[in-house]
Amino acid sequence: MSIHLLVDFGSTYTKLTAVDVEEEVIIGTSKAMTTVKTDVLEGFNTALEKLENAHPKMGEISAVSACSSAAGGLKMAAIGLIEELTAEAAKRACLGAGALVNHVYTHHLSKKEIKALKSAAIDIVLLAGGTDGGNKECIIHNAKKLREAEIEVPIIVAGNKDAADEIETIFDDSKIEYYIVDNVMPKLKELHVKAAKDVIRKIFITKIIEAKGIKKAEEKTGEIIMPTPESVLMAAELLAKGYEDEEGYGELMVVDIGGATTDIHTLGRGYPKRTEVILKGLQEPFAKRTVEGDLGMRYSANALLSLVSPYEFKKYYQYEDESNIEASAKKRSEHVDYLPDNDQEEAFDAALARICCDLSVSRHVGTVEVVYTPLGNMYYQTGKDLTEVQYVVGTGGVLIHRKDAKQILSEVTKKSNKKLELRPEDPKILIDEHYILAAMGLLSQKHPKLALKLLKRHLK
Amino acid sequence: MHTVVIGVIGADVHAVGNKIIEHVLNEHGFNVVNIGVLSSQEDFINAAIETNAKAILVSSLYGHGEIDCRQMKDNCVEAGLSHVKLYVGGNIVVGKQDFKEVEDRFKKMGFDRVYPPGTNIEEAIEEIKADLT
Ligand code: B12
Repeated sequence: MSIHLLVDFGSTYTKLTAVDVEEEVIIGTSKAMTTVKTDVLEGFNTALEKLENAHPKMGEISAVSACSSAAGGLKMAAIGLIEELTAEAAKRACLGAGALVNHVYTHHLSKKEIKALKSAAIDIVLLAGGTDGGNKECIIHNAKKLREAEIEVPIIVAGNKDAADEIETIFDDSKIEYYIVDNVMPKLKELHVKAAKDVIRKIFITKIIEAKGIKKAEEKTGEIIMPTPESVLMAAELLAKGYEDEEGYGELMVVDIGGATTDIHTLGRGYPKRTEVILKGLQEPFAKRTVEGDLGMRYSANALLSLVSPYEFKKYYQYEDESNIEASAKKRSEHVDYLPDNDQEEAFDAALARICCDLSVSRHVGTVEVVYTPLGNMYYQTGKDLTEVQYVVGTGGVLIHRKDAKQILSEVTKKSNKKLELRPEDPKILIDEHYILAAMGLLSQKHPKLALKLLKRHLK
Repeated sequence: MHTVVIGVIGADVHAVGNKIIEHVLNEHGFNVVNIGVLSSQEDFINAAIETNAKAILVSSLYGHGEIDCRQMKDNCVEAGLSHVKLYVGGNIVVGKQDFKEVEDRFKKMGFDRVYPPGTNIEEAIEEIKADLT
């Protein structure tokens, strides 16, 4: 027997999945509270004990792979020139690498912005601006400002290559840790994020893990190879594309509702489905991830409530007595491990989950805009057309543990007044019942075909 | 090497001339950023900023060029592109109008050079090169 153990150090739970590589089966899964504040290995050991007790005949563990989103995950700031162009390209590189991007800056950084950036809780800055051969004045200005401010986190420079030498000189005799890589937008509207993503991952593995107190886990797990959202994206990409003769599912969407954020991943080109529609804007990545920091079930419960009117909220939550709405939200943001203990609280969670799903899909999908021209109506599409997405996969604590998960996910297809959003129209809904997406992303690094088979077997 | 942004403005889909212009300018050693047909003023301006272009060549073939080009120079100035040369050509207005008047109107709008219908891009290249050096 050859067991590959997959570990996800999550913000709340440390989750283990044991796969028998020869028999091609999942032996079992287990979880325990993540213990970053004391020693991460405590949580890991508890989870491992649980797993071993439940499966005494499990046998030798021959390989371990781990990912992490513990201690706040990976937080980044993205800087570019034009909002829709290099700033957006930079943001997408961060998101694709599994980061949360709460700070995006455009044009010349002002004193105020530099101050905000310096005090922000971020782990890495991605600095872009200009196509290759294009504008370099702005990125050089911004590099100087970052240097003057003595930014303490690593800076990845992924802008106009013509500015690289000068930026090197700016940073060289400073304490700034910097990495110069390929431009995220080498030509106008062309997205090129691989080099930036690779160095983000490298910094994550070598530095961030250490800074967040998770390094110790590596005694047991070997190198923690990526942020959890990146492994989820990898699993989703594998499931969409297939591997060798094992077919994939085609275009799909993953909805991951967590305590602090909701992530949407889509796999597919998203080109216009009708010939009269013209595609505008920056090129879309095949594997696209967006993260909503104000949509989550616990940490973000208060922020979420402020996004919907009380009238709208009542459409999701039909209790006569609504006096508890604020209290229920507060309870959740203060006790992030809270589990509903009665029907009303269950209903409240369901309402939150539906809103997370609806709004985050709405922010992810492409839109069609009608432009009235002298020659009649023209249609412009920005973002991905996801109307023909075949599968929507739900994951994350709430969805997995609820019987009505599929109803909640049906928000994906909601029409309402937002008819110009290009949402999936008639997808098949699957649930990640055993919480294995991230684990399968990890497994796919060594055993892609097996990971794909297990995904197809266990997503229901 | 001079970077220039080219494209067809407004709701105009005439694509053939645009491709020819791209080809000819490339042959003559320009670095051409082609934003294609159906481009808004904002598309031209954003492209020119990111690519640090020296000039914008606007094409309009379908007759509505005058509406589409309104305030383009002002918008360029607003976006910090006052130094970028603005050219326009194609069939920029409807039907056969006195070109001198048309030219005046476009120059008033801030275009540096205005080309009458039937001007091939080759004919304009020397002027453009001279303007940019
Ligand atoms: C093919 C064509 C179409 C095709 C376009 C297919 C495509 N996707 O490209 C279709 C059928 C779609 C079409 C539609 C229309 N068309 Co049409 N079309 C033509 C046609 C026959 C040829 C255009 C062409 O490709 N020429 C060849 C290329 C190489 O030349 P060019 O485009 O003129 O470009 C050169 C020069 O103009 C110059 N140039 C262009 N831009 C610039 C810029 C600068 C700075 C410089 C220096 C030079 C320069 O250099 C280019 C290369 O040498 C012309 C008539 C004609 N013979 O020109 C009408 C013509 C352009 N169309 C016309 C019209 C009215 C229309 C429609 C409005 C018709 C309608 N009522 O539906 C629609 C508009 C659709 C839209 N939204 O844009 C009119 C425009 C009249 C006007 N401006 O007053 C024309 C002139 C026909 C006419 N005589 O009435 N059209």
